[in-house]
Amino acid sequence: MNTNYQAKKHTEKSIGTSVLRQENHALLLGRGTFVDDIPVKQGTAHAAILRSPHAHAIIKSIETHESKNQDGVFAVITGRDMVVHTDSMKTPVDTPMKHYGLAVDRVRFVGEPVAVVCAKNRYLAENAAEKIQIEYEVLKALVDPIESASDEAPLIHPEMSSNLYSTHHFKHGDPDTAFDKTDDVIDFIIEYPRNSIPPIECFGCVAEYLPETGGYDVISNFPGPFGMQPVMAWALRVAGNKLRLRTPPNCGGNFGTKLCMFPHIVVMCVASKLAGRPVKWLEDRLENLAAANSAQNRITRVIAAHKNSGEVTALKMEHWDDNGAYLRAPMPGPIFRMHGTTTNGYKVQHLDVKMNIVATNKCPSGAVRGFGGPQLYFATERLMQKLSVKLELDPLEVIKKNLISADSFPYRTPAGALYDSGNFQRCLEEGVEKGNLLDLKRNQESARKAGKYYGIGYSTAVEPSQSNMGYITILKSESERKKAGPKDGAVSYVTVSVDSSGSVSVVSESVPQGQGHATVLAQIVSDQLGLKPEEIAVNLELDTAKDAWSIASGNYSSRFAPAIGSAAYAAAVRVREKLASIASSKLNVPISSIEFAEGKIYSKENPDNFTKFYRTAALAHWSPGSLPDGMEPGIRERVAWSAPELDSSNSLGEINSELAYGFAFDFCGVEIDPITYEIRVDRYISAHDCGTILNPAIVDGQVSGSFAAGLGAALYEEFVYDKDGAFFSGSFADYLVATAPEMPKLDIIHCTPSPSPYTLLGAKGIGEGNTYSTPVCIANALADALAVEDIVLPMSPSKVADILLEDEPPPPKQEMQSNLEPISGQSLTGQGSTSIEASPKKIWEFVLDPKKLANLIPGCNELKLVSENNYSAVVNLGVGPIRGIFDAKVSLTDLIEHSEMTLKGGLTGTLGSGSGVGFIKLENTPSGTILHYSYEVTVSGKVASIGGRMLRSAAKILIGQFFNNLGSNFREKNGINFWKWLKKIVSLKK
Amino acid sequence: MKLFKQSAKHSIKFFLNGNQVEGFAEPNLLLSDFLRKEIGATGTHVGCEHGICGACTVKLDGEAIRACLCLAIQVEGRDVVTIEGLADTEGSLGIIQKAFHENFALQCGFCTPGFLTTLDHYLKINPTPTEKELREVYSGNMCRCTGYDEIIRASLEAANELLKIKTLNLK
Amino acid sequence: MAKKDSELKKMKPAPFDLCVAQSVKEVVSLLKQNKGDAKILAGGQSLMAMLNMRLVKPNLVIDISRIKDLDYIKITKEFVEIGATFTQSKLENWPKLQEIFPIIASVLPHVGHFQTRNRGTVCGSVCHSDPSSELPLLLALLNGEVVLSSTSGTRIISAKDFQTGMLSTACETHEFVTAIRFPIMAKKYGHAFIEIARRHGDYAIVALAAIATKDSIKLGVGGVADIPSILELKPGDLSNLSDALNTFAWSLDANDDIHASAKYRREIVRRLGESTLRKACNEII
Repeated sequence: MNTNYQAKKHTEKSIGTSVLRQENHALLLGRGTFVDDIPVKQGTAHAAILRSPHAHAIIKSIETHESKNQDGVFAVITGRDMVVHTDSMKTPVDTPMKHYGLAVDRVRFVGEPVAVVCAKNRYLAENAAEKIQIEYEVLKALVDPIESASDEAPLIHPEMSSNLYSTHHFKHGDPDTAFDKTDDVIDFIIEYPRNSIPPIECFGCVAEYLPETGGYDVISNFPGPFGMQPVMAWALRVAGNKLRLRTPPNCGGNFGTKLCMFPHIVVMCVASKLAGRPVKWLEDRLENLAAANSAQNRITRVIAAHKNSGEVTALKMEHWDDNGAYLRAPMPGPIFRMHGTTTNGYKVQHLDVKMNIVATNKCPSGAVRGFGGPQLYFATERLMQKLSVKLELDPLEVIKKNLISADSFPYRTPAGALYDSGNFQRCLEEGVEKGNLLDLKRNQESARKAGKYYGIGYSTAVEPSQSNMGYITILKSESERKKAGPKDGAVSYVTVSVDSSGSVSVVSESVPQGQGHATVLAQIVSDQLGLKPEEIAVNLELDTAKDAWSIASGNYSSRFAPAIGSAAYAAAVRVREKLASIASSKLNVPISSIEFAEGKIYSKENPDNFTKFYRTAALAHWSPGSLPDGMEPGIRERVAWSAPELDSSNSLGEINSELAYGFAFDFCGVEIDPITYEIRVDRYISAHDCGTILNPAIVDGQVSGSFAAGLGAALYEEFVYDKDGAFFSGSFADYLVATAPEMPKLDIIHCTPSPSPYTLLGAKGIGEGNTYSTPVCIANALADALAVEDIVLPMSPSKVADILLEDEPPPPKQEMQSNLEPISGQSLTGQGSTSIEASPKKIWEFVLDPKKLANLIPGCNELKLVSENNYSAVVNLGVGPIRGIFDAKVSLTDLIEHSEMTLKGGLTGTLGSGSGVGFIKLENTPSGTILHYSYEVTVSGKVASIGGRMLRSAAKILIGQFFNNLGSNFREKNGINFWKWLKKIVSLKK
Repeated sequence: MKLFKQSAKHSIKFFLNGNQVEGFAEPNLLLSDFLRKEIGATGTHVGCEHGICGACTVKLDGEAIRACLCLAIQVEGRDVVTIEGLADTEGSLGIIQKAFHENFALQCGFCTPGFLTTLDHYLKINPTPTEKELREVYSGNMCRCTGYDEIIRASLEAANELLKIKTLNLK
Repeated sequence: MAKKDSELKKMKPAPFDLCVAQSVKEVVSLLKQNKGDAKILAGGQSLMAMLNMRLVKPNLVIDISRIKDLDYIKITKEFVEIGATFTQSKLENWPKLQEIFPIIASVLPHVGHFQTRNRGTVCGSVCHSDPSSELPLLLALLNGEVVLSSTSGTRIISAKDFQTGMLSTACETHEFVTAIRFPIMAKKYGHAFIEIARRHGDYAIVALAAIATKDSIKLGVGGVADIPSILELKPGDLSNLSDALNTFAWSLDANDDIHASAKYRREIVRRLGESTLRKACNEII
């Protein structure tokens, strides 16, 4: 019967092989179950959120009456309701800042939620949201973190004493002495841009208030960490067990970005309470881009003490970490999570780090894949490149000189991280060799010969995984830490059970976003039990009311492979031991000789002496009495695993913030077309050591996916704000995500692994590496190609032109010259003059006459006098088919009779708002008047966010119309008119 | 001429994956919402609702189009094929789906319906695509998980498989 | 009553009546009745996005996509006429395209994406009058015409008179575009097309198209100004293009946006203008 059984089979492990994903079938058949696919209860309301068009404004009034009376509307909720029903949401920082999820009295960024309308369906909710009337008083917005951090800056949160949520100063080692003794220093400033990795599925939740318990039941694609669950419960004023969170089977990407969306859960819980029914809210893409999340943009001043040989001996960094308008837990986590790895893979021993956690009038910061790493390593790796230029050394040599040596692991960094294992030099060598650096250098040579700009960039990144829940405590003072009690570790749960038919199920709290956790768990467990991975059923939906979970649960910080992998292994081993114990008594052999393979449990000395796996399992269910003495019946092993290496912080705030540290070494060649300045990544090589590889194809997918995100950060993705906080990246036409044609060739190299001694399978996380290494690797290549010091990402052909193009040929001599360049940001400025056949006096009187002035204003029928020289009006304006009705305010100030005036105007309407200042000067000439004008226009709101391209044209057209109207009233004189001049020489207009 | 009044629901009969179905839609209801909410075909996903991400791509009368840029009422009497219609027989993966499976061409799977329906149409126009052509066709589909390489590999493999079958059938 | 500051954004269309028209006659009478409060929906690849974002909120949407009479392409001696519902992909696959209008054949792959070309119409792209669109640029460059229908009949205007500004055309509220015409060039001509965009299929930052015959050369530029702009030259001008291109570049009053500066756009016109023109000229030599 079993004579063909081969004992060697048991050595054929699935771990380390590219087992096909068990998640795929449902997804490929269109049977995935994402949050919006789950049926909701009858009567569920659908929410639409009304959002601020302003970066910073006082809410003078909100009128919701008309909205509430719309068909199908159940409730309209504002910030006032949140104050009544919730407490301000807690953050890790002790700050007087208040955050209720809906704006209270003041809005602080474009897109901030102001009101929620709950209606029968989303369409009706959006219709009704348009009926809410809000009056704002616009305030000065702060967008630059250094300016915002200054003492003079107006306060974004008046309850705070400055716009700094907190500041921190760490010294590790003896930086002062090191700087005193150094050969030399290098000192520079880097800026890392605002970006995110918006997943294709937006955030969504269904919240239901349960009047019978006073609790809430929520289904959401919130990915954790579930340490946010108590934060939500506190805000809702309920015990933790009264807030049930459930996750759907599938999540359409997350990349960290859904983490800080939890305040919306709190808002929808309140909405449900007030609407008296479950409330479902799905974030739409425009909301997602404007208001979900952004990685912190950061300015860092780096000062490095270095030897003339290129070795860095000490580092000083001061960070201005722009966290936007509110701090949402666990922000400002990223900067602290990466603090332990401030020295990256380098043996620098002395550190001085200042952190300014800054508020600005931008979208609140959040978790984004890389979690503080892209910003940090942009500083360390630009340092290596700059140092190599300064010392005229090969950048790779500078990196090598500074890398931690292979014999120093486990290695304690000055800031406290404990690098578990690694061989960075070997990884470099393997990368250079297998990635064929020589070939890239040849490409560079020939490209440069052909007159092209071609640079080679390098970067390294220590890749931390599995966060220590204690790292966030380092932002507290030593005494605060003592008072709060110890925080350390990170608990991971996996439950493996075998039912009476011998089939195996695995449950965990990893809350995947598509990485293939189920497949890898099936591999880990099946290997222990002599089964095939496809025989293992894995369910990773989390229900906080029933499942084992911890504050560390969720999908972030590359925790799966090191932590969940370890817990799964431990749980599978326990099941194996239990089954082995049952089988040993049945087969009459010692436990030590029991093996599992092909659905059988057998003696390794005599494979014919076996029992079927399912029979052994059945015994535990059907006959507890026949189990060995003291054995618990049934087979369900739940492991809670936390690594002892994740200890709490010492008195200096030094802590091992993560459990396992992988390593990435990247290099690339970047070519820039000398004519068009188009940027092409010639070839990109990424060498990784992530310890034991559990499933190579899945690891490759993580590398190529994070590479795509890193490439996006380098060349495409940015949230653009102007100096007034208007937001310009509100659609996928303006927030650019690389698609298939943009992706360069990526060579992934798996280095000889350095298995982690601290994780049970030796595996380390691999989810984030290229989000760290890629942006700066490309930046270094660009710096090399262009021979410039400062590289600000994302780099575009136009920005290359800003660097390379000094003076452009002047415009041809004409009667008039165009001068419509924006001076700064996205505000529009211009100037010009027009000749009018009338005396300055006549023009003056004309403009001061409200009836006549009304005729000059495009789309305006009548000006209402508010006070002397102050008017209001209703105007109908637009570009092409995009039209809107606006409330306009016009005032004339600084009047110097018959000579000068300042014309101020403001517009507010459903499409957004704008304001402008125009200065007019009348010059008397023999034939009439030359009217000189200059203006500045700023625009905010919807049109700015999604139609940035149209703005300049719209402003130009409107201002043009104004002056043309003026001119035509006095029969304008020969062609000095700018608008006509413009059109005249374009043959299209003849 | 047919006039569909606003704020009223109108009966829409059309073919979904070969079967005639009926649903009710207001004039401003998007095809993407109609398929998902009214018909219950949730395989088609909504990612941006302004025609850029490609997740909602379905086939209308055989051609890959954006369901978010189409009104429900516009499909009256027409043929719509979604990801649910790409399987061979109940529960088994079609050739394109199989190629995606075997090449790890999906992670979260949210964008996948758009890639599959696009490829299903494109391979009918161009059964022997090059990598460059495929990348250009996919410029209308965003994926944030994979970095696209696996999708391209799977698509080339699917094209090959389909060709093989075609050749066999001809013989 | 004016609205106060209201929403930042929405993603579902506001309510409207929808008329699925069967004939041009129906459409023009509806347009007349609705006095500017109606929008024509053909392929919808621009309009639908604007409706979803509630940038456009018409009371009536007239779906012309089922008017069979408008789904055509025809060749006369003078021109190729394309009906209002003829899609971009149909044009791409039109067997005679390469022979008659190789320049259009080379441009179409740059128009949107595969999926949007399957539904987007050639006329719709012209009507939308996006400054970065390739098809309006070609229509202007090739001296095309636009056929407008209303209850009082049809009128034909030149592309250059049709496009009046950013998203704006000479189409009156009581009429709609039923066809466009690309004149067939009598003489053999060379052509070239180059586009700079951040990504494949994106709005053009600069699009340059050139045609050249033995005695005239023309350069069209899109993406820079509010409407496509054409520079007409004589073959003799080729020897010293830099002044002409500089004048032209400055004349465009280039737009500045988050993707490219006006300065960059002007520089590309100067730099690629010459190579585009030369490429077109080289084809006829």
